[in-house]
Amino acid sequence: MLSIQNLHATVGGKEILKGLDFEVGPGEVHAIMGPNGSGKSTLANVLAGRDGYEVTDGTVTYLGQDLLDLAPEERARAGVFLAFQYPVEIPGVNNAYLLKAALNAQRKHRGLPEVDAFEFLGLVREKMQLMRMDESFLNRGVNEGFSGGEKKRNEILQMAVLEPRLAVLDETDSGLDIDALKVVAAGVNALRGEDRSIVLVTHYQRLLDYIEPDFVHVLSNGRVIKTGDKSLALELEDRGYDWVLEEAVNA
Amino acid sequence: MATSPPDVETLVDQKYKHGFFTDIESDTVPPGLDEGVIRHISAKKGEPQFMLDWRLKAYEHWLTMREPRWAQVHHAPIDYQGISYFSAPKSDEDRPKSLDEVDPKLLETYDKLGIPLHERAALAGVAVDAVFDSVSVATTFKKKLADAGVIFGSFSEAVINHPELIEQYLGTVVPYTDNFFATLNSAVFTDGSFVYVPKGVRCPMELSTYFRINAANTGQFERTLIIADEGSHVSYLEGCTAPMRDENQLHAAVVELVAMGDAEIKYSTVQNWYPGDENGVGGIYNFVTKRGDCRGDNAKISWTQVETGSAITWKYPSCILTGDNSVGEFYSVAVTNNLQQADTGTKMIHIGRNTKSTIVSKGISAGRASQSYRGLVKVLPGAEGARNHTQCDSLLMGDRCGAHTFPYIEAKNPSAHIEHEATTSKIGEDQLFYCLQRGISEEDAVNMIVNGFCKEVFRELPMEFAVEAQALLAVSLEGAVG
Repeated sequence: MLSIQNLHATVGGKEILKGLDFEVGPGEVHAIMGPNGSGKSTLANVLAGRDGYEVTDGTVTYLGQDLLDLAPEERARAGVFLAFQYPVEIPGVNNAYLLKAALNAQRKHRGLPEVDAFEFLGLVREKMQLMRMDESFLNRGVNEGFSGGEKKRNEILQMAVLEPRLAVLDETDSGLDIDALKVVAAGVNALRGEDRSIVLVTHYQRLLDYIEPDFVHVLSNGRVIKTGDKSLALELEDRGYDWVLEEAVNA
Repeated sequence: MATSPPDVETLVDQKYKHGFFTDIESDTVPPGLDEGVIRHISAKKGEPQFMLDWRLKAYEHWLTMREPRWAQVHHAPIDYQGISYFSAPKSDEDRPKSLDEVDPKLLETYDKLGIPLHERAALAGVAVDAVFDSVSVATTFKKKLADAGVIFGSFSEAVINHPELIEQYLGTVVPYTDNFFATLNSAVFTDGSFVYVPKGVRCPMELSTYFRINAANTGQFERTLIIADEGSHVSYLEGCTAPMRDENQLHAAVVELVAMGDAEIKYSTVQNWYPGDENGVGGIYNFVTKRGDCRGDNAKISWTQVETGSAITWKYPSCILTGDNSVGEFYSVAVTNNLQQADTGTKMIHIGRNTKSTIVSKGISAGRASQSYRGLVKVLPGAEGARNHTQCDSLLMGDRCGAHTFPYIEAKNPSAHIEHEATTSKIGEDQLFYCLQRGISEEDAVNMIVNGFCKEVFRELPMEFAVEAQALLAVSLEGAVG
């Protein structure tokens, strides 16, 4: 599904990713953990193709194609979804309107007929139930006046509607109380499937109590320094990051 | 530029000759302005004496005035003696013979706006016998309006057929002494629209210049007067989303609105005159005076405008809130791109008690354009309980454009309640990236964000106009980002 090799990337001239490698197979859930400043969010933004994140070396192959060669909107249409850490407000733009435009842009790209307002409403209502969101969300401005939890739920709602092949969730758990976290996790879990891979970027293991990863990678100083299974996350929770860092230095 | 003026009026008139229009067609006055020219215009139009006297008074006054310099716009000096104040439309020989001879860029724009084919030729000034489909529609409309007692026609017709109404109301909102451009207009105006809605009548349809035959193009000195008598209601649409070519660089129009007690006038404008090319060459200078008077209690006047055209716009649709409890509203979207300059805003003059005004101004600047909001909220001593809310937002696209805000507030009654909010923002790269990441193209994303920004104004526009305005915005800002 996704293969990252020797990825180097700079932000504002400063190198953040310094030779990062990892592979994501179809249907797998990978957690990317690591201390602040280790490059977690940079990785998420590089995958989505954000301006200002410059790849200086390495390759990213997604479904057999060079992901770095695609513009951000082309990546999205090819099935790459980023759940933002800080979803932006777009005043006056109807939440449902944006989502429908996004869905139809992607469907068009895949040679599918566009959905009309009626079909869209049916689809989105079903997904909103899953996310326990009130229908009034549809008619509000995109993230306009949403609480932190509402914004994150809205991200997962978009993911549920757009049904990406590769979903990158950038600190989706940050700022959520336990109830909101459960709802978001349930939403993500409902989307797990054989041909959908999920990359969870997170600072805390708490999220992984609800979304069980197949692999856990520890990122430090722009590289993956340890990979393990779910138990690694628990160990990190117990012992912090220092022992992994030392291990890496000694290795 | 091979294109000559899109004088649709003439094209239509050739087929549908009405009254005094016919004999002026062949007539042209050499450039320059003096008393003789004004007498000539008035005579050609067969005007009554009071009209000529008024024009002459305006001209005398104009000679004592100087062009205003306070606006945040820059242009080469205008040679007022170099303008022909009464010119017949260009002859067919000077016009493009077919659409093949018209600037392809203009045609491309018509295409994007979805302008029907048969109208494109007329708009581009092609010498064909353009016949609008709307002619028959217009006839039906005229009958319906006449049944309701609504008078709707050209200003010239009204001067002949309803001189008493003209004499009673003309210049009562914008006096001939008002300002340099309004005074010039008073002296030399050629035509425009006239509306009278009788007491208690709710005008059965939206009135639009588009449906007024003879008036698709009223020239550079347009004069409009709308009177809503007690308890009546009228909605008027001015302009057209299609870009209009015009050889006349200077446009100085005057619009006067009078709303009597319990009457309501809603005036919507979409202005898309030629803004000039990317280097600002050849665009229209649009110096307009628009003002409404809520003359009776509980009257309401609402201005809604979408301004995307002209090289220079100088325009402040205003409300004089004379009657108690009267309401004034101003909703505006102004777009400036390339080298366009706009200095626009409104004036709300609170005179009556418990008068209320709302100002929502949305300015969008792109390219190297400069835009200013200039607004005055004035509360007179007698305006007990006056209320105003002003919201003034600017959106910048790119880093070479500018936005300025000049709000003036004069409150002479301590009970006045005035609120002013202003924001300036750049079109957010975060917002843009968010849309792109969802698979939406950059162009659609910009349109979406800009339309969201303008939403409060667009929802004040009549439905069809709102849809057109959105399309227009998209075309006006094409390529402004990225």
